[in-house]
Amino acid sequence: MMDAVEILFTASFWVAAIRIASPLIFATMGELICERAGVLNLGIEGIMTAGAFAGWFTVYMGGDLWTGVLVAALVGMGFGLLHSLLTVPLGLSQHVVGIGVTLLATSLTYYVYRLALPEVTSPPKIEPFQPWAVPGLSKLPVVGEALFTQTPLTYLAFILVILVAWGLYRTPLGLAVRAVGENPGAVEAQGISVTAMRMGAVMTGSALMAIGGAFLTMSAFNSFFFNMINGRGWVCIALVVFGSWRPGKALLGAILFAAFDAYQIRLQQLSGGVVPYQVFLMLPYALSILALIVVARRATYPKALMVPYQKGER
Amino acid sequence: MSTSSSFTPSRRTVLKGVGAGAALAMTGGFAGRAFAADPIKVAAVYTVPVEQQWVSRIHKAANAAKERGDIEYVFSENTANTDYERVLREYCEAGHKLILGEVFGVEDAARAVATDYPDVAFLAGSSFKPDAEKLPNFATFDNYIQDASYLTGLIAGAMTKSKNIGMVGGYPIPEVNRLMNAFIAGVKESAPDTKFQVAFIGSWFDPPKAKETAFAQIDAGADLLYAERFGVSDAAKERKVLAVGNVIDTQKDYPDTVVASALWHFEPTLDHAIAQVKAGAFKAEDYGVYSFMKNAGCSLAPLGSFDGKVPAEVMAKVAEKEKAIKDGSLTIEIDDKEPKSS
Repeated sequence: MMDAVEILFTASFWVAAIRIASPLIFATMGELICERAGVLNLGIEGIMTAGAFAGWFTVYMGGDLWTGVLVAALVGMGFGLLHSLLTVPLGLSQHVVGIGVTLLATSLTYYVYRLALPEVTSPPKIEPFQPWAVPGLSKLPVVGEALFTQTPLTYLAFILVILVAWGLYRTPLGLAVRAVGENPGAVEAQGISVTAMRMGAVMTGSALMAIGGAFLTMSAFNSFFFNMINGRGWVCIALVVFGSWRPGKALLGAILFAAFDAYQIRLQQLSGGVVPYQVFLMLPYALSILALIVVARRATYPKALMVPYQKGER
Repeated sequence: MSTSSSFTPSRRTVLKGVGAGAALAMTGGFAGRAFAADPIKVAAVYTVPVEQQWVSRIHKAANAAKERGDIEYVFSENTANTDYERVLREYCEAGHKLILGEVFGVEDAARAVATDYPDVAFLAGSSFKPDAEKLPNFATFDNYIQDASYLTGLIAGAMTKSKNIGMVGGYPIPEVNRLMNAFIAGVKESAPDTKFQVAFIGSWFDPPKAKETAFAQIDAGADLLYAERFGVSDAAKERKVLAVGNVIDTQKDYPDTVVASALWHFEPTLDHAIAQVKAGAFKAEDYGVYSFMKNAGCSLAPLGSFDGKVPAEVMAKVAEKEKAIKDGSLTIEIDDKEPKSS
C-alpha cells in the first residue's frame, strides 16, 4: 500500500503524466475552440489519425520535424474545412457529419498509407523530437523534471493553452468566437459573418487536433500504426466538458486523466496479479467519470452549441 | 475499413480457366499431373495490417510460396471481425482453393463458412482445435513457438543484473500467454529468483502506450524487457536496458538493445498445407506442431550484435537444450494461463 502512495511522489511518474497528457492537450484545445464557436466536432478521432500520419510521413519523406507539424496542421485544417462546410453553411447534423469525417479521415489515411508503402513488413521509423531540458528551470525541485525535461511539442502544448485562454478572453476575435457560440444573431448584428467565424474556428480547432495526433507519431513514438489513436479523440471530447469549456480547467482535466493513466500502469505492477489487469485499464476512465460528476455538474455549455445558424431566419 | 486486394475473376481468368480445361481434356492421362503443377489460388484474410508481427510471418511465407510459383496469393488486411465472414465468403465464391485466416474472434462464423464450402481448404489461426468429423476442411494453426521462447528466457535470465524483468503484452490470450510462460520458465532456469512485472495494455496497436508501460517497469527496476508489442524495445533503447524479441527479429533496428529473439517461421505450416491441397489430401489437422522447433517452425534468432556478450556457458546450455528439443528428448510445456506479476 505504501508503494502505491510513493509512486505519486516520484518525478518519473509526473514526467510520464505530462507526456501522456500532451497529445490530449492539443486535441482538447482544438475541440474547445470548435465548441466555443457552437460546433461539435466529432471528426476529432479521424483528424488525429490523419495528422499522425501526415506529420510522420512528411518527416519520413525527408522533411524536418517542424515541417511535419505544419503539414499535419494543414491536413487537419483541410478536414476542418470539409466538416465546417457541411455543418455551418449547409447546417447539417453535427453528429452525423462528425462521425462521417472520422470514418473518412481514418479510411483515407489507411488508403494513402498503403498506397505509399505497399511492401513494408515492419513500419518504417523516423527520428522523433527528443526531450530537451530547459536550462535553469529543469533544475527546479519537484516541478522541474516533470515540466521542463519534455520534448518541444509538449512545451508548445502548454504555450498553446495560454494562447487559447488569452485569445478567447482578451481579444476581440476571441469575443466574437465566444459570441457565435452563445448568440450568433448578436454577432451578425455587429456586421461580423457568423459563417466565417464558425468555419474559421472549426478549421483552427481541427489543425490543433491534427497536431495532437502528430505528437503520437513524432514525439511519443517514431512510426505510424493503424488504430494508434485508440480512442484518445473521444477522451478529449469528454475533457472539454470536464473543463466546462474553459482552457485552464480543460488543461487540468487532461493532466488529471493522464496522471490516472500513468498511475494505473504503475499500479498494475504492484498488484502481484491479484486484481485483473482490466480493472486498472478501466481506472482512468472510471475516475474521470467520477471527476466529471463532481466538477462539471454546474457547467454551462455554449448556448448555441449544435444549433446551425441560418442568416435571416426567425 | 478493410483494404482489399481481392479481385473478382476477370473475363481473362475465366478464359484461362476454360483454356486450361480444354488443355486438360487433350492431355488425357497426364491431366492429373498438369493440374498439380498449376499454382493454387490462395487468399488470406487478416484482421490487422500486414505489418503486425504475427501476421507478417504468414504474409512473408505466402509471398515466398508465391514467388516459387506454388500459389497465387491475394489478401485482405485490417478486416474487422464484423466484416470477416463476408470477406471469407467472397474469396470462396471467387474460387480460391486455400483460405488462410485468423479466426480468434470469429470462430463460429468462420466454421460456418467452412461448412458451406466443403471443397475449399481452410487453414485458420485459432485458439481452438480442428473438428475432423464435422469439418474435415477446416485445419487450425497458431504460433506454438514456446521452444524458442524458452531458449530466449535462458539467455534473458543470464543477462538481467537486477533480476527484474518487465513484460508488456497486448491481451492475455493463449498465443501471448504460452510464449510468456515458456520465456518465464527459461528465465527461472537461469536465474530462479527473478522478479517479473507483467502488464497488458488492452490493445494490439498502441505503441505509445506500450512504451509508457515499459518506462514504468524500468522505473520499477526492470533491466530487461520482454517485447511482445511494438514500442517496448523503443523504451528499452531510450533507457539503455535490454530487450528480448518475439515472433520477428528486430535487432537491426535496436542493435544495442535486442539480445535475443524467438522467431516464428510460418513456412513449414503453409508448405504442408500447400502440399496437402495439391495432393488432394487436405485434412482437418492440428497444424500447431508445424510451429515447433523440431519442425523448423521456430528458431532462436542469431545473437548478431550480442555475439560474445552473452556468457559462453549460457550459450552452451542453450545449444544443449536446443539439441534436446530437436531430438525430442525435451518438450517445453504449453501453458496458456495468464502470467502474473511476481
